[in-house]
Amino acid sequence: MNNNPYLPELATVQEIITETGNIRTLRVTLDNKQRMEQFDFRPGQVGQLSVFGTGESTFVINSPPTRKDYLQFSVMKTGEVTQRIHQLNTGDQIGLRAPLGNGFGFEDMKGHDILFVGGGIGMAPLRTLLLYMIDNRSDYGDITVIYGARSPKDLCFTYEFQEWRDGGINLILTVDAEFPGWKERVGFVPTVLSEVAPSAKNRIAITCGPPIMIKFVLFGLKELGYEDPQIITTLEKRMKCGIGICGRCNAGSKYVCLDGPVFSYDQIRSMGGEL
Amino acid sequence: MAVKIFIATDRLDSVLEKLSTKIDLLIPASLKDDKSAPTGFVPFVPGTAPAFDRQTTTPLKKALLPQVETLLRFEYHKDPQGSPKSSVTVDDQRQVRPTLVFGARPCDVKALTTLDRVFSNGPYVDPYYVERRKNTLFATLVCRQNDAKCFCTSVGGGPADMEGSHLRIVPVDGGYVVEALSPEAQTLLENLADAPDSARDAQAGQIVEEALKRRVGELDTKGSPEAFRKRFDQTDYWFQMINQCLGCGVCTYVCPTCYCFTITDEVENLKGERLRSWDSCMFYHYTLEASGHNPRPTKLERYRNRVGHKFSYIPERYEGLLGCCGCGRCIRSCPVSIDIRQVVGHLKENTSE
Repeated sequence: MNNNPYLPELATVQEIITETGNIRTLRVTLDNKQRMEQFDFRPGQVGQLSVFGTGESTFVINSPPTRKDYLQFSVMKTGEVTQRIHQLNTGDQIGLRAPLGNGFGFEDMKGHDILFVGGGIGMAPLRTLLLYMIDNRSDYGDITVIYGARSPKDLCFTYEFQEWRDGGINLILTVDAEFPGWKERVGFVPTVLSEVAPSAKNRIAITCGPPIMIKFVLFGLKELGYEDPQIITTLEKRMKCGIGICGRCNAGSKYVCLDGPVFSYDQIRSMGGEL
Repeated sequence: MAVKIFIATDRLDSVLEKLSTKIDLLIPASLKDDKSAPTGFVPFVPGTAPAFDRQTTTPLKKALLPQVETLLRFEYHKDPQGSPKSSVTVDDQRQVRPTLVFGARPCDVKALTTLDRVFSNGPYVDPYYVERRKNTLFATLVCRQNDAKCFCTSVGGGPADMEGSHLRIVPVDGGYVVEALSPEAQTLLENLADAPDSARDAQAGQIVEEALKRRVGELDTKGSPEAFRKRFDQTDYWFQMINQCLGCGVCTYVCPTCYCFTITDEVENLKGERLRSWDSCMFYHYTLEASGHNPRPTKLERYRNRVGHKFSYIPERYEGLLGCCGCGRCIRSCPVSIDIRQVVGHLKENTSE
């Protein structure tokens, strides 16, 4: 990044994928070719996307650092900035401040079995680490993914499920209720988690999804014998500066933008503050 | 050899005028054409009556962190071929003019140690703040007007604390003795006025000595980070402390160490600016997320966070530094008499239990 951390780099939208009714994926490249080639980040780090005139919002870079043809962001239409992002076309210029935040401690996960539990758009931060692990498959043991959404239409990244399976991932998909033509599981994510019951032995669990899902996934993981340091999640807060200055996204003395967004469950317990 | 001058009260305006030819001046003065109006720091123009006799209503922070400032400018360019493709140019050019704050108070200057840690010491450095900071000098009054709301010595400052100041102003009979505390300040004092006579010099010395000994406030903040954590979940307690709060946010507005800000875009047609503005953690919208979730939905969580930020989170994060300079403005300005010293005092009782 340049010496002004508030100044975004210009980037161009190369491709747009419609994931669901309200989620779009943007593939962008930095306009400065040299910067794009040198751009390095950790899985789980985030970027601030700028639509000049509307503002900035924080999204995880959900492509992995092992695949750097573009940087990928998946955006759910929710507020002002995300509405505007959904109106972008390929070729449009946007601003990007990245990488920001801590990212996943993937080095420490080496040699472990892995469990991903994702719900809806919550699969995005998991995807970057999942693809990183597929690209370094021999470093990890069993990798099980439980991914659910309300309906088949609400699942993201459907077009690459086969690639995940081919990459040695035990992918378990679920939707909340029966749908015509749906051949995978039916049931809420926490229920499916207790059915599948992946052993807690030598395993790291990484979960992301709606707060209510995370709450019950945590119960489920505790029942399966997972200890707090074995459970990793990503937090979200309203953010502005993204660099630990503006004071907004604190939980206790930690800033989600700078010290997070990735935290282990024991870190979350010890930091206090409001979530 | 320290450079000292004496400015007689009736010569103050002309001396400041002379000084303002060397450097931009900010002085404490009434914010309206009315002597009883709130005071704050304003650019000096000849004829402005400095309000040296009392602490300003609004703090000094805007000298370094303006209430609103431009972070960058952008401009969209339409594609000449008429396709919907849009390109944009962005620039963050800025200029900073060397400035002297003449008549700051030790509490206000002390507050900058908190801002410095947040804005200058990383991991990310805020260039807007840092450039202004480097170009701003402080001529600080030895404070003789502390009142029942002040508690500067309780939080590491004091009425004669000159840490971070470049000039010391001592109010004496008939005027002010001004002493340079740094080489760049010496240059500023050259050819401004004569040295003080020995009587006034001696009087200034006595005043400084007295002020160095004076204790202002009896608050004990030791152990406040841990005590705050212990008290965090006692919602009945926090509700009792904040029940009367109107949520007006004036405590954050007048606070020299409150720095939280928001970033917004303003645009007209194809051109616009990205602005940084003061924000307040006492407002509901401060933490409201697009999903509708709000981690601090009521004044209880918001006040608890404000106290926590100053006496627990900042010290935990920044090597024991406090987020409070003891100026007492939040106490003086609160329309419903909430006194932060009460909560901080309770924290102490809490630890000794």
